[in-house]
Amino acid sequence: MDEISKMVSDYVRKEYLEEDDDREITEDTRLISGGIVDSFSMVSLKRFLEKKYGIQIPDDAATPDAFDTVRSIVALVQRFQKVPTTA
Amino acid sequence: MDIPPTYDELVANASWVSAERDLGYQPGGFLNIGWMCSDHICRLGLANKLALCWEDYQGNEKQYTFEDVRILSNTVAKFLCNLDIKPGERVCLFMDRVPELYIGLLGILKTGAVAQPLFSAFGDESLFVRLNDAGTTALITQKKHLPKVRKIRAQLPSLRDVVVVDADELVLREGEFSFDMDTAYRVDRFPVYPTTAESPSLLHYTSGTTGQPKGAQHVHYSVISQYLTTKLVLDPRPDDIYWCNADPGWVTGTSYGIIGPWSNGVTQVVLDSGFNAEHWYRFIEKHRVSVWYSAPTAIRLLMKEGTDLARRHDVSSLRHLASVGEPLNAQAVLWSQEAFGKPFHDTFWQTETGCIVITNFPGMPIKPGSMGKPFPGITATVLNTKTYEPINQAGIAGLIALRPDWPSIIRGYWNNETGFKAKFRNGWYLCGDRASIDADGYYWFMGRDDDVINTGGHLVGPFEIESALLEHKAVQESAAVAKPDPVNMEVVKAFVTLKPGYTPDADLELEIMNHIRKRLSPLAMPQEIEFVDSLPKTRSGKIVRRVLRCKEFNEPVGDLSTIMDD
Repeated sequence: MDEISKMVSDYVRKEYLEEDDDREITEDTRLISGGIVDSFSMVSLKRFLEKKYGIQIPDDAATPDAFDTVRSIVALVQRFQKVPTTA
Repeated sequence: MDIPPTYDELVANASWVSAERDLGYQPGGFLNIGWMCSDHICRLGLANKLALCWEDYQGNEKQYTFEDVRILSNTVAKFLCNLDIKPGERVCLFMDRVPELYIGLLGILKTGAVAQPLFSAFGDESLFVRLNDAGTTALITQKKHLPKVRKIRAQLPSLRDVVVVDADELVLREGEFSFDMDTAYRVDRFPVYPTTAESPSLLHYTSGTTGQPKGAQHVHYSVISQYLTTKLVLDPRPDDIYWCNADPGWVTGTSYGIIGPWSNGVTQVVLDSGFNAEHWYRFIEKHRVSVWYSAPTAIRLLMKEGTDLARRHDVSSLRHLASVGEPLNAQAVLWSQEAFGKPFHDTFWQTETGCIVITNFPGMPIKPGSMGKPFPGITATVLNTKTYEPINQAGIAGLIALRPDWPSIIRGYWNNETGFKAKFRNGWYLCGDRASIDADGYYWFMGRDDDVINTGGHLVGPFEIESALLEHKAVQESAAVAKPDPVNMEVVKAFVTLKPGYTPDADLELEIMNHIRKRLSPLAMPQEIEFVDSLPKTRSGKIVRRVLRCKEFNEPVGDLSTIMDD
C-alpha cells in the first residue's frame, strides 16, 4: 500500500468505523456500496482529501463511483494532483 | 394490455371500505399487520410465491417465500416472547436492509409489541434520543452496529434486551442475546396477539423545527391505507417484481417497503447496498424489476451518470415508476421518459400520514413538476396562512391540509400531546408544506412552511443539529438551515460563531462536520459551515434562521423590523 492509500484507509478506519469495529479496510473494500461511507459523508471525505493534498476535486468528479474504494480514491487524488493550478 | 382507470374512475370506485373487504377485515375484529402480510397471504394460496429476494453489494442472495415469511416471523415473535416482551412495549429495529429487518418487523407486530425502526446510519446521540424518548425495551441489531448501542446502553435503563442477528463468535455481554433467523428452530404455529384496528403498531421518529424528534404513533388499521394506495398508485400486478429502494429505518421503507407490497401479496426485491448506478441497473436487469418506487435524489444521481449507462442495460422490464421524498422536478420526469421510456410518477406523503395522500396515478396525464391529485378517500386543500380557511382560487399558494379521517393518519406523538395538537387547525391536519392547486385540480409544491430541512427526502430538524453543534468545544452559537443542492434538493448548512481562542479554518470545519456526522447522522452533517461573527436575532435574543435561509435561497427576507442586528 502506498502512502496515499495508507493515509486514506487509516482515515476511513478512524473516522467512519467504530473503535471496536474490526473490519479490514483494503484498497478494494467497497466503501460506498458496502455502506461504510454514504453519499452524504462523501463531502467530509472529499474535504479531508482536498485539505491533506492541497487539491480541488470538482463536484462533478466526486461521484459515488470515484469514492467507492481506496484504490479509486487514490486515482482521484493523483488525477487532480497532476492538474496544474492557476493562480 | 390492462388500461389503468382514469382519476375520475378511481375516485368513483375506490374506498377504504373496499380495501377492508379485500383484506377480509371485519370492523371491530382482529387486525394485525404482521398476520395480514404473511399468514393471510398464505391463506390466499400464495404460500409458495416468492415474497422477498434479497441481495447485498457483493451479490450474495437469499430468497424467502410467503410461507418462509410466515414461519420466520413466527420464529422472531416466539423468540421475543421468550425474552418476555409484552404487548405495547417498543422493540427497535436498528439494522441495515437485511432480511431480519423486513421479517423481524412482522414478528414484532405479531407479539402485539410496537416496532420502532431506526436508520442504521444514526450516530449514538440520535439513537439515544429516540430510544430514551420511546422507553424502548428491546433492540434488534447487527454486530457492526452493536458498538453504538453499547456506548449508550448504560444511560438507557428501559433497554433490557439487545438481540444480535449475526453474533457468530462475538462474545456477548449481559442482556445481549444471539438470534440467527436462518438457523433458528422454525415456529410453524404462533398465537398472534389479538390486536385490533386501533392497537399501536409502529413508532417512527420524525423531525420538527423545535425540540427533539417526535415519535409518530401508528396503529394496525394503517394497513388498510397502505394496501389500497400500493394497489392503486404503485399498481403492482400478480407477476410483477417490485423494488422500493427506501430504507425501512424511515417510513417509506416500512409503509411501501414491507406493508404495502406484502399485504398485496407482491414479490419484492431488496438491494442492501449504497448507491452505485451501474449496480442498480444490473440489479433491475437481473431481477426483471417491473415496478420501482424510488426517490428524486436517487433519480438525480442516476441523471448525473447519463442516459447511456441506462441504455447499456436491459431495463425493459420496468413497467411503472414512482418517486417519493421530496418534489420531483420536471427535468427528472423528462429524463426518466428519455432513459426508461416512461415517466416517474411523483407521490406526496409524510411520516404522519402513513400513506400516499397526493399523487400521480398510472392512468392520469402527468404534468411534470406537479404533485398530482389527492388520493380517493383523502380530502385535501390548501389553507390561507392566516385564517386557516381553504383557498378556493386556482394558483394561490397556501398550506397543504388534509381532513384527518383516513386509516393511517397518526394517532399521536409519543409523550408529546402539545406537539400533536399543534398539527391541527379548524379540523384540518397541517402537513407543514406549501402548495397551490391549478384549475385542473393538480397540486404544485412550493416549499416547507417551517425551518425543517428536507435533504435527500429525509426531514432533519435544525434544533437537533444546533444542540449537537453546541456540544463541540469551539462552538459558541449556531444556526442550521437548508441550502439548495442540485442532487439532494437541500443540504444542511451551519452558521457558527466561535468561542474566544478558536480560529476558523479548514481543519476546524472538518472537525465539526465529522462531530455532527458521528453524533447524529451523515444526513445531519452540515455540508458547509460558515464561520460568522454574530447571528441574526430577535430583540428577545432568539436566532432567526429565516434570515440565513433566505440568503441561501436568494429569496427576499421580508420584514426585519424585529431583528436586532443584521
